[in-house]
Amino acid sequence: MTKIFTNDIKKVDLVVLGAGPAGVAAANVASKEGAEVVIIDENSSAGGQIYRAPPNEFKPQNSFKSDEFREGEKQRNILKNSNVKALFKHRVWSVSSDLVVSTVGPNGLSSWHARSLIIANGALERIIPFPGWTIPGVIGLAASTILLKSQYVLPGQSTVVAGCGPLLIAVANGIIKSGGKVSAIIDLNSKSDWIKAFPRLLSRPDQLFKGMSWFANIMKAGIKLYGGHAVTNTKQVDNVLRISIAPINSAGSILDSKNQKIVEGDCLAIGHGLFPSTEITRLLKAKHIYDPLKGGWVPLIDDDFRSSIPGVYIAGDATGISGAFSAVQKGRIAGMAAVRDLNVMSSQKYKAKIKSELIILKKNENFGKAAVRLMKFRPELIQTITSETIVCRCEDVFRSEIDEAIESGARDLNQLKAWTRCGMGPCQGRTCSEAIEAILASKVGSRELAGQWTGRTPLRPVPIEQIIGKYTYEDIPIPENAPL
Amino acid sequence: MEKFDVAVVGGGVMGCSTVLHLSRNQMRTIIIDSGALCREASGTNAGTLTLNMTRAALIPYAIKGWELWNNTEKWLCGGVGTRKVNGLSLAFTEEEEELLFKRIEARQAMGAPIKFISGRKAQLLEPGLNNSVRSAAWCNKDGFTIAYLTGHAFRRALKQENVSVREYSKVNKIEIEKNYFKIIFENNEHLKAKRIVLAGGVWLEEMLNWLNVKIKIKCLINQLIITERMPPVMKTVLSIANGLLSLKQFDNGTVLIGGGWQGIGDKKRGGVESIPENLIGNIRLACHVIPKLRYGRMIRVWLGLEAETADALPIIGKIPGISNAYVIGSVHSGYASGPYMGWLLSQLIMEQEPEMPLFDPNRLINK
Repeated sequence: MTKIFTNDIKKVDLVVLGAGPAGVAAANVASKEGAEVVIIDENSSAGGQIYRAPPNEFKPQNSFKSDEFREGEKQRNILKNSNVKALFKHRVWSVSSDLVVSTVGPNGLSSWHARSLIIANGALERIIPFPGWTIPGVIGLAASTILLKSQYVLPGQSTVVAGCGPLLIAVANGIIKSGGKVSAIIDLNSKSDWIKAFPRLLSRPDQLFKGMSWFANIMKAGIKLYGGHAVTNTKQVDNVLRISIAPINSAGSILDSKNQKIVEGDCLAIGHGLFPSTEITRLLKAKHIYDPLKGGWVPLIDDDFRSSIPGVYIAGDATGISGAFSAVQKGRIAGMAAVRDLNVMSSQKYKAKIKSELIILKKNENFGKAAVRLMKFRPELIQTITSETIVCRCEDVFRSEIDEAIESGARDLNQLKAWTRCGMGPCQGRTCSEAIEAILASKVGSRELAGQWTGRTPLRPVPIEQIIGKYTYEDIPIPENAPL
Repeated sequence: MEKFDVAVVGGGVMGCSTVLHLSRNQMRTIIIDSGALCREASGTNAGTLTLNMTRAALIPYAIKGWELWNNTEKWLCGGVGTRKVNGLSLAFTEEEEELLFKRIEARQAMGAPIKFISGRKAQLLEPGLNNSVRSAAWCNKDGFTIAYLTGHAFRRALKQENVSVREYSKVNKIEIEKNYFKIIFENNEHLKAKRIVLAGGVWLEEMLNWLNVKIKIKCLINQLIITERMPPVMKTVLSIANGLLSLKQFDNGTVLIGGGWQGIGDKKRGGVESIPENLIGNIRLACHVIPKLRYGRMIRVWLGLEAETADALPIIGKIPGISNAYVIGSVHSGYASGPYMGWLLSQLIMEQEPEMPLFDPNRLINK
């Protein structure tokens, strides 16, 4: 048998997948209690999406150091000064139910056999397609924050910011603060949606104040804000994006398709909220439930963040969207639960420590929940996906093809995928799953009936050259012959 | 109460083609599946239509199946992307060459148009091949389909023929009444049919058990690997002499790597997970054969279940001791010959003489 693989598996108490706020908190608390911890992330340093670090080559000057940058540096230092073994630039491509985590990194393959596993792989951005969403100049809100926060690049000379939720305001404010121009804001939420969110947002006055100051910046800059509107079409005319918008109702239905307005810019930054990342929990065949107020499909967890798979814990936005602040508490609780279950921490100590965490969690979660309400998926928004709109952009699958397959009898997501190739490309459905699930659910009655795509390895595309390594023909452990 | 002339339990290629032919002969039919049509082996296999890998005894059937897949417009509703290309089974060592000889002889004897060719000739047919290839078995009746489209083509054909299709309906048991079989679903609903066909792939052992017939069916968990789209690296269907590789590139540029390397799973849980070592072994073998494959990226791995009887030959025919009950399954390379096997069984059900001999399950009954 080949030696490169099996003999290389290193044993460790706890592996944490994802080094965002939840993962760092989980790893740190578990390590402090004496567990041997490895944290793995595909990025080059800790921070996740929210506290993403700039590349080492260009550290920002003081004037560019935002609160988020400072918080990120704090977390990166905590990790650096802990006993946690951090593997950055490592992509996890396989997690098996006996908790062997396979990664591919700068030095090739490596594997870790964990006694416990904490999945803190965060969230993905939902973008409901519309004609023109795949043309150059149209990018996600989350992608825009990466450009702004870690690359110090404006998404465009004149950007239309569209979609919903806190990211909408954050991106608009970020562009203004960086000296850029926002030509309009198109918000799915109406004024009354924001007013309804207000009481819950008060649970974190500091954050509410911050949001309001961002909002004040936007107003001061005199940016036109279209509340209760959705983007219905985008065309490129002479390097300018001509973006059609229309009023919607609270379910996302377009109210007056004839009364469309046009806004212009050279970039459209758009996002329709975040949803928990379930690639790893689906791969492990953990139980999931669909909960719109948590952002969509979430793995089922108990009070201590245990999933339905023994030894597997979930933390952060992967348990349901509630933001970076509560992610820290979720991570700490999951980390403590893991070390308690490993008998590294006593039950008594656990109980004593958990109390204060739960109080802070509740407060932060309230704030997060208000934010999630503002990002809640509006099922009728799929009206913007016309027959000629590409839904799966990896495989160029049009809405008309999705509809034809459903008409021909595809009643679950996996059959729909087989008949159209939607979700079969390099992103493996991360970009289109929400739209395709919503289209199918509108025909079969619910998201539960539409189902979820089967999780499979590899979790990220893996270069074959890295998988095979150096070998000769004799190194291939060929099983016994097939029958004659 | 709905009553049918025939109820087929199991909606894969075997069940679908059996029911399609029966309905075209004026029978009132229903096909039942616990999931969606053709989503198990029939939709997850590699789609290979090769005689090089087919068991020698099944060659005549596979040739008929190959012809059917190459003429889907005549009997299906929509294509499954069938491509006719050269097939090569390769030998890299002296040992493999000996095995290759044996396999060619056995297949030629059964009527397969397979020829022994030199490594040089093989490289002319497949320029992407590794230089170290010694010799090959060449067959021009080869090719592949896109297996995941199978359900789409069948679903539409069945609709056209007015076959009742009942998906996502798990059957719990079958009771024998006077002139009918009573098929009872998990939700306690039931329906009646004069004849039944069990076509449940790896689950046939449990299904035959409903009728108290005991036949052991082994369940293989085959791993399949697909790459991202890549520039053309090959144009044939490739295997190696020992039969543990199947390799092809689709029109869209993706390369499918299979060969029956095993993953983890069972009948109860289905395919559970892949085994990284077996993925690496399988991919190394593929890259040894087509070196340029190393520049691609592995994008997805899945698991397909394959049924196998004790003698690795099919069970197709009457269920021993029970009149009007039939079984079809456990055909090695069953996807390729499936449409033909279904047609043969429909002949038997319609009380005609099947064009080729069937495979009496009686030989396998645990007495």
